[in-house]
Amino acid sequence: MINTDVLVIGAGLAGERTAIELASQGFQVIIISLVPPKRSHSTAAQGGMQAALGNMAKSQGDSTDIHFEDTVKGSDWGCDQDVARLFVNLAPIAVRQTAAWGVPWSRVEPGPRKLPDGEVVQELLEKEGLIAARDFGGTKKWRACYASDGTGHALVYAMDNVTLQLGIEVHDRAEALALIHDGQRCYGAVVRDLRTGELRAYHARATVIATGGHGRIYGHSTNGIINEGTGMSIALDTGVVPLGNMEAVQFHPTGVVPGDILISEACRGDGGYLLDKNEHRFMPDYEPQKKELASRDVVSRRMVQHMRKGFGVESTYGPHLWLDIRHLGKKHIEVNLREITSICRDFLGVDPVRKIVPVRPTQHYSMGGVRTNIAGRAHGLAGLYAAGEASCWDLHGFNRLGGNSVAETVVAGTVVGKSIARDLEWLDFPYSEQAVAAMAEDTTQMVQERILRLRAGGKEYVYDLRNQMSNVLMEKVGVFRKGAELQEAVDELAELCQRSKHLGLRSSGVGANPEVAAALRLPGMVRLAFLIAYGALKRTESRGSHAREDYPFRDDIHWLKRTLARWAPGADLPTLDYEPVRITEMPPGDRGYGESKVLAVEEKVRA
Amino acid sequence: MPNRKLTFRVFRHNPYDPQSAPRVQKYEMQETPRLTLYGALTRIREEQDPSLQFDFVCRSAICGSCAMLVNGRPRLACRTLIEQLPSRINLFPLPFFRLVGDLSVDTGTWFREMGQRVESWIHDSEPFDPDALEERMPNDTAQTIYELDRCIECGCCVAACGAAQVNPTYLGAVGMLRIARFLTDPRDDRADSDFFEVVGTEDGVFGCIGLLACEDYCPKGISLTTQIAYLRRKMALTSLRSSSNGKGASAGAQHAEKAKTAK
Ligand SMILES: Cc1cc2nc3c(=O)[nH]c(=O)nc-3n(C[C@H](O)[C@H](O)[C@H](O)COP(=O)(O)OP(=O)(O)OC[C@H]3O[C@@H](n4cnc5c(N)ncnc54)[C@H](O)[C@@H]3O)c2cc1C
Ligand code: SF4
Ligand code: SF4
Ligand code: FES
Repeated sequence: MINTDVLVIGAGLAGERTAIELASQGFQVIIISLVPPKRSHSTAAQGGMQAALGNMAKSQGDSTDIHFEDTVKGSDWGCDQDVARLFVNLAPIAVRQTAAWGVPWSRVEPGPRKLPDGEVVQELLEKEGLIAARDFGGTKKWRACYASDGTGHALVYAMDNVTLQLGIEVHDRAEALALIHDGQRCYGAVVRDLRTGELRAYHARATVIATGGHGRIYGHSTNGIINEGTGMSIALDTGVVPLGNMEAVQFHPTGVVPGDILISEACRGDGGYLLDKNEHRFMPDYEPQKKELASRDVVSRRMVQHMRKGFGVESTYGPHLWLDIRHLGKKHIEVNLREITSICRDFLGVDPVRKIVPVRPTQHYSMGGVRTNIAGRAHGLAGLYAAGEASCWDLHGFNRLGGNSVAETVVAGTVVGKSIARDLEWLDFPYSEQAVAAMAEDTTQMVQERILRLRAGGKEYVYDLRNQMSNVLMEKVGVFRKGAELQEAVDELAELCQRSKHLGLRSSGVGANPEVAAALRLPGMVRLAFLIAYGALKRTESRGSHAREDYPFRDDIHWLKRTLARWAPGADLPTLDYEPVRITEMPPGDRGYGESKVLAVEEKVRA
Repeated sequence: MPNRKLTFRVFRHNPYDPQSAPRVQKYEMQETPRLTLYGALTRIREEQDPSLQFDFVCRSAICGSCAMLVNGRPRLACRTLIEQLPSRINLFPLPFFRLVGDLSVDTGTWFREMGQRVESWIHDSEPFDPDALEERMPNDTAQTIYELDRCIECGCCVAACGAAQVNPTYLGAVGMLRIARFLTDPRDDRADSDFFEVVGTEDGVFGCIGLLACEDYCPKGISLTTQIAYLRRKMALTSLRSSSNGKGASAGAQHAEKAKTAK
């Protein structure tokens, strides 16, 4: 058994920032990760990191208050307002600290500047050399700090460099498969070495889940292919830790087909069209005012609606639509839309100057996750914490604002690290190491038995079940939801849950065999899929990214609350509970965008 | 519409299985449009052989996980379009790095050690002040650093490098790039002389045989040889200075100079 003060599961921005906070306060930390830290999905964030620095002409007058408002509105009043307040206040410090760590943030260059829409603004001399920001959907001010076209990359490299400096131990190619706990307190995790296939136990006084999103449960996701939600499912497996708001899933309108690589909003922002199988531009039919420029959720929904009417392009990779930017001209495409151009050319072999590009709405972000309090402590199990996309801290409610999640990872990492440090100093209660060793032994044994059962051979094949699960989610729990289909999804996923108990291997299963890894993950993934569908079925309203066709209104009378899902070990079904959403500063109101209407408390009073 | 029959010849070996011996295995499949090696390998794993090991994360040339030898050349599998390859495709793991299994190699450990060797972090004695504004930096400087920071640690340059094949402790073009990145950064206090021991040797600039393979195969198009030449000049100068006055150029003076040129 390996002993440490703190075990951090996950080496993305959230995990590494947490580890740095603790190591710099003198605690011993071990980080485990599926992949070397710099390969974590955080590197893929290109757009930016929100923090109200107010350095640009277009961010003059910005403040933490406005950032707060944007975040709460973005969340469709689903977020915890204490968390949002703490977050906006700390985000500027977080950005500046990463600057000191070496992130080459793009800087303000004074002088006049012409924006794409022709407007000319004057960048101020007094702001020269301070951190610049760009525009990002859903914000009143320009607030997304960026490092050229590689914000996530630059952040991850700087952060990982600090872990090197502090000598933090990282065990890569290692996967946490079960938490060691007694129903009251968490003592670490059992981990499979992805080089050798061996199991080992880590004993830690505090354990942090920072395993990122679950995007890959949906077959089509912009997330890295390792983002399978295993951190969330091992928390769920304890039976006592709830996952919050799993039905809150964000989609992006333009993932390419095949490969699901995200192409940024810029393709629509700069005037790209969406076409159907007849190469007809259909968005104006649905949204005569905003056309392709309507918000992310709205465009995604219209695309799905149109494909359902039979206007999708059939392909080997399923139906899709087309993105057309040819009319913007070669020069504009190659200069202003350089990234999009290279994605199309390098990964599809399609030249967007001459050809239309296959796209479809794609899963993008998971707002739900391990429910924690504002200090990052997981509900239900002392000694367990969560941070980043794996958590439901709840900064994002039902819709995450672009650029807020990278900022969340860094801020939450700091906050959670500090609260663990406090807990270990003051609140640590003694326990028997012997008892923990026995528990670790039992848990390891349990995982070992799962592997042996797989080797003994059930009849189900992991990739068949996996594809069925993804298809159910994509078709029935996607951007548009309605009761009958959600019920079907719930039924089908319940059946898949049962079938996933009978997985068997087709290969030998020796050593670091990837089929074993996939088969060990799948039952947890199916349970997460079930929670998404079940939570969505029960939530009879539309809020943020959760859009019910049969309940098109946001219903603050009944649904100003957060879903909490627990799954008792061995039970066939989870239980759903609800807790109120904390509203402190900003009462529910109109978002000013999106198409859902509000069923407000006042209306009830009038009615 | 591409519709060839594709034949993959893939290196197989699981070093952790005593039964396993290195061999080449053949897989066949029908080509489909817009297919990359990521798509093809995933399909082989799911439909034909779930034991096949390889690494992908981002599948968009950002994370550096998936470098392998494709028909003999190091490249990112995720950014390799099948339609640009012949119908017979040979896949081998990157040489130089320790084999994990099949097409998967342990680049992570090598790069972490490289990071320790060059102390790949900002050396700054000032503590961070959370109440202060960020230190100003000209945007040009930020851009220059960013350019040197674009490496994704894929290992293609090291796998292609003749010097690395004969000298296992060779720092590689990527290690030298990392040093250039910190030498350029005005936030880092280190001077040229601080790097002399790591890079002013046969393991560094004086071990490079200058065949440019590293640059040819870097998927990010980083001008590695320019950086090596830049470091070589600096190191030659450092050794000259230290032999003339008996010690390296004063770090403080050099740092002031670096900060000046950056501003
Ligand atoms: C294409 C794309 C672009 C984006 N752009 C932006 C943007 O511009 N701005 C923004 O704010 N957000 C953006 N996001 C979202 C943002 O990047 C992520 O939400 C954020 O980086 C998540 O960080 P994390 O540290 O929580 O998780 P990750 O970076 O995903 O890290 C998870 C870590 O956990 C490890 N792990 C997982 N499971 C296990 C296990 N069982 N055992 C051990 N280790 C495990 C992994 O190896 C990895 O190290 C984008 C997302 C995508 C998909
Ligand atoms: S130029 Fe130098 S570093 Fe690059 S491949 Fe040749 S020997 Fe290696
Ligand atoms: S320098 Fe280029 S080839 Fe070498 S590791 Fe970095 S990205 Fe890869
Ligand atoms: S999978 Fe990330 S670089 Fe290829």
